[in-house]
Amino acid sequence: MSHAERPLTAMIDPVAGPPDCAAYERAGGWQATRTALRTLAPAEVVDIVTRSRLRGRGGAGFGTGQKWSFVPREPASERCKYLIANADEMEPGTFKDRWLMEGNPLQLVEGMLLAAYAIQAGHGIIFLRGEYHLARTRLHDAIAQARHGGWLGQDILGSGFSFDIHVHVSAGRYICGEETALLTALEGRRATPRSKPPFPQTGGLWGAPSVVNNVETLSNLPHIIANGPEWFAGLGIGPDGGTKIYGVSGRVRRPGAWELPIGTPLREIIEEHAGGMQPGYGLRALLPGGASTAFVDDTALDMAMDYASVEKAGSRLGTGMAIILDDRTCPVGMLRNLEHFFAQESCGWCTPCRDGLPWVERLLDAIEAGTGMAEDIDQLDRHARMLGTPGHTFCAHAPGAMAPLASGLKLFARDFADHIAGRGCPLRHAA
Amino acid sequence: MSIAEQPLSGDLRAEIRALAQAEPHPRGASVAALRLVQAHMGWISTPHLNEVADVLGMSAADLDGIATYFNLLFRRPVGRHVIMLCDSVSCWIMGRERLCAHLCRTLDIQPGQTTADDAITFLPIVCLGHCDHAPAMLVDDTLYGDVDTPTLDHLIDTLREPPP
Repeated sequence: MSHAERPLTAMIDPVAGPPDCAAYERAGGWQATRTALRTLAPAEVVDIVTRSRLRGRGGAGFGTGQKWSFVPREPASERCKYLIANADEMEPGTFKDRWLMEGNPLQLVEGMLLAAYAIQAGHGIIFLRGEYHLARTRLHDAIAQARHGGWLGQDILGSGFSFDIHVHVSAGRYICGEETALLTALEGRRATPRSKPPFPQTGGLWGAPSVVNNVETLSNLPHIIANGPEWFAGLGIGPDGGTKIYGVSGRVRRPGAWELPIGTPLREIIEEHAGGMQPGYGLRALLPGGASTAFVDDTALDMAMDYASVEKAGSRLGTGMAIILDDRTCPVGMLRNLEHFFAQESCGWCTPCRDGLPWVERLLDAIEAGTGMAEDIDQLDRHARMLGTPGHTFCAHAPGAMAPLASGLKLFARDFADHIAGRGCPLRHAA
Repeated sequence: MSIAEQPLSGDLRAEIRALAQAEPHPRGASVAALRLVQAHMGWISTPHLNEVADVLGMSAADLDGIATYFNLLFRRPVGRHVIMLCDSVSCWIMGRERLCAHLCRTLDIQPGQTTADDAITFLPIVCLGHCDHAPAMLVDDTLYGDVDTPTLDHLIDTLREPPP
């Protein structure tokens, strides 16, 4: 694959470490910043990104240009606004943003600068999860270098635009990745999601207009501005623009992450890039885009990994990082593990989520341990429907938690029945 | 008097004040201030929490609501080293339960506890973003992948060496 076809990761060299400011510039970095700050109006940057068909890479897939378009237009000098990078990567099975931040932190810095210019935000914040120690060191280093080079600070390139970045090191909790919970956490409160409206674009951090974009989303921006929206849109295979970092974990020969055209078929990702299943293991089912996406089985292998195609198959592209369930691992045990995670990570604000998810976990516990009853399946099914319907809970946490459960109850009905009839797990996960 | 009961140093209080001043509202520095105390003290004792609340102009209960919300902020003492073994789905598929049992046996503690010699606290942790090298764990600030029992045994020996 040529350099131009994997813009996000081309500069990443795990042996040499991240490029410093000079190496980043030699490889084409800061070119987009020169173009934007010298020749483009902020609204033109928004327009270019809209035309590139970039959609949010954090999981929800909202159009990036469209998201920005709701921000009030005043210049940064006249109104306090925030551009926030969501670097709270905590979706189980997802390891793409860490790769980007450790491998090329200046790319994120430049992406943030471009996004901030587009929405005219003077303040940048990277909301980084506390466990990402190496990323923190490298981001701090990159920000210091960018300041030294004049790419951050006052009156960047003599454009009159000023912008700087602060790294907020968080201290855990999955819900902080939800954009309104993230804002609440930044304000020094328990990270409870907020009701919308007001949307962050008009009333976000400390009440100021704010945009929260994922690390991978932001890292695309320098390439879109440098090479144009048509180039970026053309990188995708289907309706979406650009490349996507796809990943596979589980019992495959080569677990990993790869930057590929968005819309690459799932089969190609698993069989060619991940090398197929390990000897002695067969593919049973998979979560295509992280823990909060619905299971699909091998009949979905030929789907394109773009937003619409995965939705058509009954799941979500999510983070694009697939988790494989093999035929020697218990699906009930896997669901129990997943629901333990979601129950633990509920922020506790709304009752259905706070009380419903632990109940689901306990039912799965019982079924796995051999004390489950036939009625438990109905109870799980009711929870999957009740908690899975958006609007029944305060945010998308519970619906996300129910996606693997609802699909799993259908796909693994036989396994559930066997657990209940046989009073325990026939596969006893102990490999 | 143990270190947990001694007042924070003047330098540390000044650092917390600087963090608060850099925010539009002092409470925005809550997590950063608590992390700072923990970095110096190992954990956040109630007297220290009260001091931070005082500097930030918050009630102790309000700040404790934050301290107890975030799992990486410790409101109880921990050992000299903290082992966090991922318990999320990819690591579970790749055999983290076996490693968890091995750690419990070797350290003679359950997850959430500290060894009798105060050397090691063992905690479960959510996905560490190292799923292509599952099972993964974090030991203090260092990320480990493809963890197996020999790696664990070697590491525990190293961590148990008494502090200089």
